[in-house]
Amino acid sequence: MAMTTASPEPAHARTARALIEIDRLNLYYGDFHALKNVTLDIPERAVTAFIGPSGCGKSTLLRTLNRMNDLIPGTRIEGRIAIAGTDIYSPEVDVETLRKKVGMVFQQPNPFPKSIYDNVAYGPRLHGIRKKSRLDEIVESSLRAAALWNEVKDQLKRSALSLSGGQQQRLCIARALAVEPDILLMDEATSALDPISTLKIEELVHQLKSRYTIVMVTHNMHQAARVSDRTVFFLNGEVIESADTEKLFSNPSDSRTEDYISGRFG
Amino acid sequence: MIRRVEFDEGLNELKTLLLDMGDHVERAIEAAMRALRTVDGEAARKVIGEDPELNRLEERIVDLGTRLIATQQPVARDLRRILVAFRISNDLERMGDLAVDIAKAALRLEGQELIKPLVDLPKMAEIVQTMTRESIRSFLHENVDLAYKMARDDDTVDAIYGAVLQELFTLRPASARDSSQAMLLCFVGRYLERIADHATNIGESVVYLVTNRRPDLNR
Repeated sequence: MAMTTASPEPAHARTARALIEIDRLNLYYGDFHALKNVTLDIPERAVTAFIGPSGCGKSTLLRTLNRMNDLIPGTRIEGRIAIAGTDIYSPEVDVETLRKKVGMVFQQPNPFPKSIYDNVAYGPRLHGIRKKSRLDEIVESSLRAAALWNEVKDQLKRSALSLSGGQQQRLCIARALAVEPDILLMDEATSALDPISTLKIEELVHQLKSRYTIVMVTHNMHQAARVSDRTVFFLNGEVIESADTEKLFSNPSDSRTEDYISGRFG
Repeated sequence: MIRRVEFDEGLNELKTLLLDMGDHVERAIEAAMRALRTVDGEAARKVIGEDPELNRLEERIVDLGTRLIATQQPVARDLRRILVAFRISNDLERMGDLAVDIAKAALRLEGQELIKPLVDLPKMAEIVQTMTRESIRSFLHENVDLAYKMARDDDTVDAIYGAVLQELFTLRPASARDSSQAMLLCFVGRYLERIADHATNIGESVVYLVTNRRPDLNR
């Protein structure tokens, strides 16, 4: 994969305590220029939302943060993404370890066809933890952190597939938390859920941000307004505006942002 | 550009209702002052009788604005448009109440002759009517310049009011009745001065709507 810098310095806002630093990132799917000169800081232990119309590049950018785009043939990256100061695309970086530290939750809940317990214990077991008491501890603390423990504590042997959609998604969050990530990526994680489950997960995100850095892609602007601390608006692969959520939704600087958040976009 | 038809229609209806309120207030000020100048009790009672309609318009604005917030989730400028419509309707409702106070003063003078023809108070009233009209226009066109003009007109109104007070305080009334009349006319001056302040508030709301900042135009 090419790793060269390109293009002149664009204007951007650097914030203090950035855990993720994206610097002049360009991404190509073959000839298609999907991300253009993206420069962005993502603050630690806060929720950052990516919003924008379909095809604007927000999910593509999310996937660069745990190198999921590596799995798409023909992808080429220029620029730099650093997490805690380390360039994650440098050859020394172990992708397995990266994906442990940067967990991901997807739009469709995807529990393994195993028990609730084995779903959560899967990651820790893969990383070498065998002692049952330790695994029990991890399963309980992860399910508690995902606000699912009280609902399933007496049925940990039950199949994960017997849970409701909202519960399955919280199980997927528990599974991601079990390997002690620093960052949680959420790609439209509530889009397939009913409103009550959505609100439960939004509440969960609010609790999780004191311990984890969360980056979420959402096509639901009102969710971004409710849940996030910072919002980044994308259009055609570019960052149009990045600001504190309160500011972006009350007094955006760019008229394109205002048009989009006001629903007068097309 | 995608249009939000239902939302835009709601916002337009808010504007129309505010325009109606503004027209009503302008007519009420004019009618109340005419009743005062000509000491016409009948005309004064008509102004008082029409005030409930203004209150109903304010209620319709609040109900509509509430419905739009609940159902359309407005943000940024759209949200400010609705919040500002609430504030402006409140200012207009108070301006209407003050016009009623002027009409009540005319009622109290019923059967009397004016101690002197009114000159300065009608001058104040004319400026105040213009301010009322222009404040609504500044909202409809989201025109900040027109809003800032309110501040200058308000200063003019204050200056004339100062002269009115000066004249009435130094008057030597021939009787107790003349003394009461002088006091009533001072109150009328006060009511007009307050209407001008409310019109300036409307100007401030327009500046907030357009710029998201809160100037004090009443200084």
